[in-house]
Amino acid sequence: MAQAAAVTTTHDHGHDGGHDHAVPYTSTGISMWKVGFWVFLGSETLFFGTLISAYMVYKHESVVGPYSSELLDIPITSISTFVLLMSSLAMVLALDALQHQTRKKAVIYTLLTAGLGCVFLGFQAFEFTHFFHEGLTLQKNLFGSTFFVLTGFHGAHVSIGVMWLLILAVDIMRGRTGPKESLRLEIAGLYWHFVDIVWIAIFTLIYLIK
Amino acid sequence: MHNHDNDDMPVHSGEVEHASVRTYVIVGIILTAITGVEVAIFYIDAMQGILIPVLMVLSVVKFVTVVQFFMHLRYDNKVLSRVFFGPLMLAILVVVAMILLFKWLPKFAW
Amino acid sequence: MATIAAHVPSTSHPGAKKKKSLVWDLMTTVDHKKIGIMYGVTALFFMLVGGLEATLIRIQLSKPENTFLSAETYNSLFTMHGTTMVFMVGMPIAVALFNYIVPLQIGARDVAFPRLNALSYWIFLIGALFMNSSWFFGAAPNGGWFGYANLTEKLYTPGLNTDFWALGLQALGAASIMGAVNFITTIINMRCPGMKLMRMPLFTWMAFITSFLIATALPVFAVALFMITFDRWWGTNFFQTMAGGDPMVWQHIFWMFGHPEVYILILPAFGIVSEIIPTFSRKPLFGYAVMVYSASLIGLIGWGVWAHHMFATGMGPIADAFFTISTMIIAIPTGVKIFNWMATMFGGSIRFTTAMLFAVGMVIEFTIGGVSGVMHATSPHDLQQTDTYFVVAHFHYVLIGGLIFSIFGSLYYWFPKFTGKMMNETIGKAQFWIFVIGFNLTFMPQHWIGLLGMPRRTFTYSAELNLGGLNMMSTVGVLFQAVSVLLLIANIIYSLKRGAAAGPNPWGAATLEWATESPPVEHNFNRLPHVHTREPLWLEAAEIEDAARGTPDPYIHMPPSSYWPLLTAFGVVLTVALFMTGIWWAPLVGMTWITIGAINWAYEPTH
Repeated sequence: MAQAAAVTTTHDHGHDGGHDHAVPYTSTGISMWKVGFWVFLGSETLFFGTLISAYMVYKHESVVGPYSSELLDIPITSISTFVLLMSSLAMVLALDALQHQTRKKAVIYTLLTAGLGCVFLGFQAFEFTHFFHEGLTLQKNLFGSTFFVLTGFHGAHVSIGVMWLLILAVDIMRGRTGPKESLRLEIAGLYWHFVDIVWIAIFTLIYLIK
Repeated sequence: MHNHDNDDMPVHSGEVEHASVRTYVIVGIILTAITGVEVAIFYIDAMQGILIPVLMVLSVVKFVTVVQFFMHLRYDNKVLSRVFFGPLMLAILVVVAMILLFKWLPKFAW
Repeated sequence: MATIAAHVPSTSHPGAKKKKSLVWDLMTTVDHKKIGIMYGVTALFFMLVGGLEATLIRIQLSKPENTFLSAETYNSLFTMHGTTMVFMVGMPIAVALFNYIVPLQIGARDVAFPRLNALSYWIFLIGALFMNSSWFFGAAPNGGWFGYANLTEKLYTPGLNTDFWALGLQALGAASIMGAVNFITTIINMRCPGMKLMRMPLFTWMAFITSFLIATALPVFAVALFMITFDRWWGTNFFQTMAGGDPMVWQHIFWMFGHPEVYILILPAFGIVSEIIPTFSRKPLFGYAVMVYSASLIGLIGWGVWAHHMFATGMGPIADAFFTISTMIIAIPTGVKIFNWMATMFGGSIRFTTAMLFAVGMVIEFTIGGVSGVMHATSPHDLQQTDTYFVVAHFHYVLIGGLIFSIFGSLYYWFPKFTGKMMNETIGKAQFWIFVIGFNLTFMPQHWIGLLGMPRRTFTYSAELNLGGLNMMSTVGVLFQAVSVLLLIANIIYSLKRGAAAGPNPWGAATLEWATESPPVEHNFNRLPHVHTREPLWLEAAEIEDAARGTPDPYIHMPPSSYWPLLTAFGVVLTVALFMTGIWWAPLVGMTWITIGAINWAYEPTH
């Protein structure tokens, strides 16, 4: 999905002669998309950081229950955390496969990543439904508001990632994205790993630290 | 006579070093192990006193490991590290500041 | 605008391009120069809107216990005046200049992501129109430009006013973040050979630092806006005191955004002045490196001063002391810049063109604003000054004196580059002096008005305060400013038609944008230049001009136009607007629209 949209031009650098087809010129040698995407990820840390800080400020301030200590289930969330970590592993294996021309493997690992992401979302759905049945809603108390908004935004990010990966998997299968276009999968990978590291922060600060 | 104008500007995006599949799998195992340790510590009563610092350190290790290896930052141009870690430091500042302002400061009398 | 269209050349591809209608051309353009012009024209339009809002405010305040406006209307006017000036004038006008000038100054042919660039503009335009449509629904935002919770909760502000504000700014904020990503990538990755970071013009440096501030501060604001929106529509408790919610959370999060925001507004002004003064002193900027480091420090420390907007909220002496100290510290790198500009002029060969008048005027007026700012930094002082007209005086001195003076200066400076015509200097100088008189007449008395006890954000004041005379003086100043702005518009129109022809470098300036044609050809430079100095047109002019205007590269590829940015932008504003239906799944319709737009965009050929 990430096509290089850089302005291209021939350019004689003096030590390599003229190119006979356009090569994107960059000051650093890094692709535009990689630079831009890392900047975007930098800004996203501020977004999730602020959401996390709202949770931390309101921790233990709920006037009525149900409270976090009653509801948060460490064993189950540990499994979903493990699932997400494994999905990141699948992601790098997918990229590796694509870069080494093994297209079929790339498709399988990409689908595996998306699949594990869906499993994670399944765990989230289960957790949300369980909490709801215990009486926790967005409106109930501060825990409900801060927890559902923070993990909700995270889950929304995962969902977008799953859709992105499914589209890419089809792209790779059709041959439209091959080893030469592996940057597209790499960028999707950066997004996916980012969503994973945000979860690492959430799991520690919300679930493990009481 | 040597022209240093473009010293900080490599023109060719040369072959970037890549981690091998073996490295990735080992990293995956390490991440799982750390998660396991975190969960275990959570349940060990004796560790409750130092729970928070230990968990923070472990999760930072996991975070940095994913960023450096899976996200490839370790092998990439330093520019990318700077544009990510700079804002990340600010994000941490935001969290710490909010915790200090709302949880810690009120403990002091006027 | 006609001038721009007439200069669209069919040089890039072999075989002539079909001539497009102007409207279609602008709706689908991805050219940073055209997008820059559109940003600028739109921002200037909203400056008139914000100016009208200010005029109405000043008429109401011209005498005590006036009945020209009701309190409700007054609340909407000062809210929209602030919101408009900050988000629809100050930020977009800076982005207009970043768009047009930065690629030229670094020797690039466009920005890193041209379609994303267009998307940012269209979201801005459509979002700004969405927010201002609220006037026609009798629901113009009325909670102040800072939207303090829990006044803005549904219980206390039941109408759609706050929603137009929060949802509109959510869209505008997203557009700003996209723009910041674009400019940061452009500056990191598209500098021409030899253009090391420490050789870049200072305006580009300011664009770089400002973009980092935007990319980091706007997401924080986005969270605050989500929180109040969810409180209002989904019943969350972020600021619901009965549930334990704390209005102070809003204030801290808002000002954590809000303070970097004011540096976002002023750093581009510093950049403009750092271009104009050296040009019209015929001397390189004094202390280039110090200027870069001090601006970086301002950006960084600017993240540590936010609670100086909250000295009267009872944070306690530790917090008060911390933020007093940090705010005083930030005055140092700022003050350093003033001295560097003065040192640049010292010993230079000075020409007082209109642009130079505005730049020098900026340095003086901004310093006055800075002095009252340092007074605010001291928290005990601030307890007297806060929420009075003293604050209003302070920030108008830094924002009008600092930002608007620079913007007017930048117009006179770069107009020849945008249009190939010179602006009229006689009208310009008249406009300048009238503006100086009017601006100071309006805002200098407000220092006294404030210290003598008149509160801000209140629709009237008692006759017993005996401040009617000073207030009337303040209002009269508005007349002069209005005349000045009308003269500016007249000058623009006149100059477009009858201005003297401008060559590539009418001022004899030093930086790369002056090597291109006026206005530049679509691809900016015939060959990308290779620079070796900070003042290429003063020190290596022949080679640079030959690269810019000489034999072109055999194959120059410019990104093709696209309508997907415009279409996707509609989707973005639609998504936020649909929140106001109260139907929880309605925004998903807008998000589907965005997704369709994004996928088509991704699959669109760019070669």
